Amino acid sequence: MTAPADVAAAAGQAVLEALETVRDPELDEPITSLGFVASCTVSADGDARVRLRLPTYFCAPNFAYLMVADAYDAASAVPGVRSAEVVLEDHFASDAINGGVAARAGFARSFAGEAAGELDGLRADFLRKAVMAGTDQVCRPLLAAGRDPAALQAMRLGEVPPSRAADRLRQRRAELGLPAGDDAPLLIDPATGAPVSEAALPLHLRKAHVTRVSIEANSGICRGMLRHRYATPGAGQAAASEEEDR
Amino acid sequence: MYESNGERYFIVDGHMHYWNAAPDNWVPGAEQYAKGWIECFHAYQGLGPPQTHWPIEKFMKYSEDDLMRDVFTDGHVDVAIFQPTYLKEWYREGFNTTERNALMGEKHPGKFVYNTRWDPRDGDAGLEELRRNVERFGCKGCKLYTAEWNAGSRGWKLTDPAAYRYLEVCQELGVTNIHVHKGPTIWPLDKDAFDVSDVDHVATDFPGLNFIVEHVGLPRIEDFCFMATQEPNVYAGLAVVIGGLMHARPQFFNKVMGELLFWVGEDKMLFGSDYAIWEPKWQVEGFVNWEMPDREEFSDYPRLGVAGKKKILGLNAAKLYGITVPGEFQLPAEAGAPAAREDAQLVDDRSQQPVAGS
Repeated sequence: MTAPADVAAAAGQAVLEALETVRDPELDEPITSLGFVASCTVSADGDARVRLRLPTYFCAPNFAYLMVADAYDAASAVPGVRSAEVVLEDHFASDAINGGVAARAGFARSFAGEAAGELDGLRADFLRKAVMAGTDQVCRPLLAAGRDPAALQAMRLGEVPPSRAADRLRQRRAELGLPAGDDAPLLIDPATGAPVSEAALPLHLRKAHVTRVSIEANSGICRGMLRHRYATPGAGQAAASEEEDR
Repeated sequence: MYESNGERYFIVDGHMHYWNAAPDNWVPGAEQYAKGWIECFHAYQGLGPPQTHWPIEKFMKYSEDDLMRDVFTDGHVDVAIFQPTYLKEWYREGFNTTERNALMGEKHPGKFVYNTRWDPRDGDAGLEELRRNVERFGCKGCKLYTAEWNAGSRGWKLTDPAAYRYLEVCQELGVTNIHVHKGPTIWPLDKDAFDVSDVDHVATDFPGLNFIVEHVGLPRIEDFCFMATQEPNVYAGLAVVIGGLMHARPQFFNKVMGELLFWVGEDKMLFGSDYAIWEPKWQVEGFVNWEMPDREEFSDYPRLGVAGKKKILGLNAAKLYGITVPGEFQLPAEAGAPAAREDAQLVDDRSQQPVAGS
């Protein structure tokens, strides 16, 4: 027979793994590897308790709401979890966000009078940025290996050598409802899904690169701020992800 | 003035502060916001070299002597531009007002430029205050913080009709340098508060004004870069880029600088220390010493030479503010022309292409 403590520990691990699917929409990285999960436990009865933390007291409330709501959905969906409570700590809008997510109220009702709508448009805008950044992650190694830029323009996703970056790019495109199959062009306009023309190619690649640099630089600043604010690593945060830039 | 390798640099600190964020200045009932704000600033200081970190008590309220030593005596700065931030919902006398800056600056003639601020939600009274400040302090610029809270509102956009009234008055009064600082909140909260498209609109509508986007639109560098290529009167304020990345994330610093040099160019970039978040000394010295590494991943970025560093560290800001630069610090005539770049063709092509990713 398995002790209740073991069951709880296994469920806690399962919830933590579920939280790995929750991303910071701006940084396009899991909240776990960013160190945003302060703690994650599940009781013997299946009550999940997740505490989240962010780099600053004033991180944008709309993105913070998305992460808390997504974490709630992810934790709730784990088999064996009877109830889930997700709490954002140390944030100016903690009460509105935590209360709103717990009540399944949606963003506009959680910030009644301060928000005009839900956050689907905002999320899609940032997925398009993630597609641009992912395009650079896939294309730069190809160019470095001597591939001609014009060849990229003709390339299909199925011809891209397998890599995590390539999988990720396909995933993000699929989330947006953009072509993501083997036959789909590697280079598309993330706003329309239209293939990138040869004339537009140099600028497209430049834009993909600056978008990636921007996201990565932000991520670097956020990690530094979080480390200044909290001395301990987050749950599920690998120490190795910290110092890749030095 | 900073001298290195026989080159002399005239330093204009385009973005610095003299604040009081100590508990004696916190608004009762809003203590958590006042405390949260200054703690957030303090965390940014943590991105600088360890020997430049201050204890939070000093960081909340530093002295006039601290500032004069850190910025001028040790920090190599010749002229510093005060950028006020009011936040009167959280700080009784304001976080860092035009008056506070000027009262201090008056004791040190020639060292400071006083910028003021405005908030379109303050209506006619705010317009009067703007006129008074310009008359009293000779302001040629202002700092706008669009995420500021004001009577239940969590922010505003430059394209709000009320903001146009203020911009028209700025144009009329010769307040030509509009420093824009984006923050995390804006009405309505479901929109991206950091979006810089409103700057794009007003830059087109007010060609006589210069728009300096502080911390280069961080965390939206890409949007800022696309916009700055199209608007001749949009500039990059480097506060946070140098302070927040050069020490803590040197490889990202190389890349961000490379992108800015490519899209914006060395003629439109302005140094700002963001003191007291970071002291200028290590930033000026590090920036003069900085070179784009000679590695493949940086090969498609423009290089920055001594002339470009002189522009960014002082000459560009001096031009915008009419600050007199002694002849010994000026560049020979040919260096004053915009750096020739074959890339310009590529950037100009943008107007004919569909805009991806925005």
